[in-house]
Amino acid sequence: MNIDKKIADDLVANDISFVTTVPCKQLAGVIEEIDQRDDIFHIPSNKEDEGMGLCAGAWMGGKRPAIIMQNTAIGVTLNTLATLIQYYRMPLPMLISYRGELREPVACQVEMAVHTKALLAQLNIPTYHFHWQKDVEELDNILKYTFMCNKPVAILTDANFWGGYGDQ
Amino acid sequence: MIRSEILKEIAPILRDQLVVCNIGIPSQELHAIDDQPSNFYMLGTMGLASSIGLGLALAQPKPVIVIDGDGSILTNMGTLPTIANNVADNYILMIIDNGSYGSTGDQPTYAGRKTSLAKVAEACGCENVIECRDVDTGEVLQKALDSGKMHVLVVKCDSGNAKNPVITMDPVVIRDRFMKAVQA
Repeated sequence: MNIDKKIADDLVANDISFVTTVPCKQLAGVIEEIDQRDDIFHIPSNKEDEGMGLCAGAWMGGKRPAIIMQNTAIGVTLNTLATLIQYYRMPLPMLISYRGELREPVACQVEMAVHTKALLAQLNIPTYHFHWQKDVEELDNILKYTFMCNKPVAILTDANFWGGYGDQ
Repeated sequence: MIRSEILKEIAPILRDQLVVCNIGIPSQELHAIDDQPSNFYMLGTMGLASSIGLGLALAQPKPVIVIDGDGSILTNMGTLPTIANNVADNYILMIIDNGSYGSTGDQPTYAGRKTSLAKVAEACGCENVIECRDVDTGEVLQKALDSGKMHVLVVKCDSGNAKNPVITMDPVVIRDRFMKAVQA
């Protein structure tokens, strides 16, 4: 299975046509795939809170958005999640590279990894963790759930899911 | 002129457009001067008005005017390259540059000292960047709307705030009526 293609297919199938990204090595393939899709407008952001602002505007303009980012961005976007996305009750699927988990080569990444789920839980953000490749089968249901309830929803994808980091 | 005087003067232009308004006193002033369903008031999240407006402009065809501030642009300076590289000709970013953080007590910003936001916007690649005097705002804004081209306006004006109550409208109501205005 080509995970990058499967993810892009699920986004398109759920009518998601506005995707902002902040890069990560693990996400490089899916970002490239999205960039090549005609039915998705891809707009890279300089920072993840900026990206969430873009997504909020796109959604109010009638497009279904998504953001692709690293878990370090949870630290950057706590205020935006609480006072924009949640306060105005907006849907936002967040496909997140879960750095600092098993098979992570960079020690500093672990420092945010240990806070990631706790922060998401503190914000009452529904959170899913993809560890095995087959976990991607749930993505379609998660996207439907996100636009059903108008909430930000986190999909954490770790190095094992992507087939390793640095040793792949 | 201070911001509220400018907003009063341009209210007839803003009334028929989709407006995304900056957090704090700017939104309170616009709300008090001419509340419209087509106004999206930011109640939190400093810095993101320009980003919300750009997403909105890229997603649908109606003109979008963002009322931003120099302090908020400085908070989210990364917005300017994104705006420059994703041209939406229905997008006008109007930066009310009074050289101060108005909502927090008029502390000076760097834009009121050595930093030129118009030059920053140009260096980021933005086209149609116009710095203007407060008294010319209405004319410049109307011309920008009529041109059908993306614009970044930097309106140099005096520091100061009008006294208005905080907005107590529920955020979901603000958002819902705004979305209905977008679709109308």
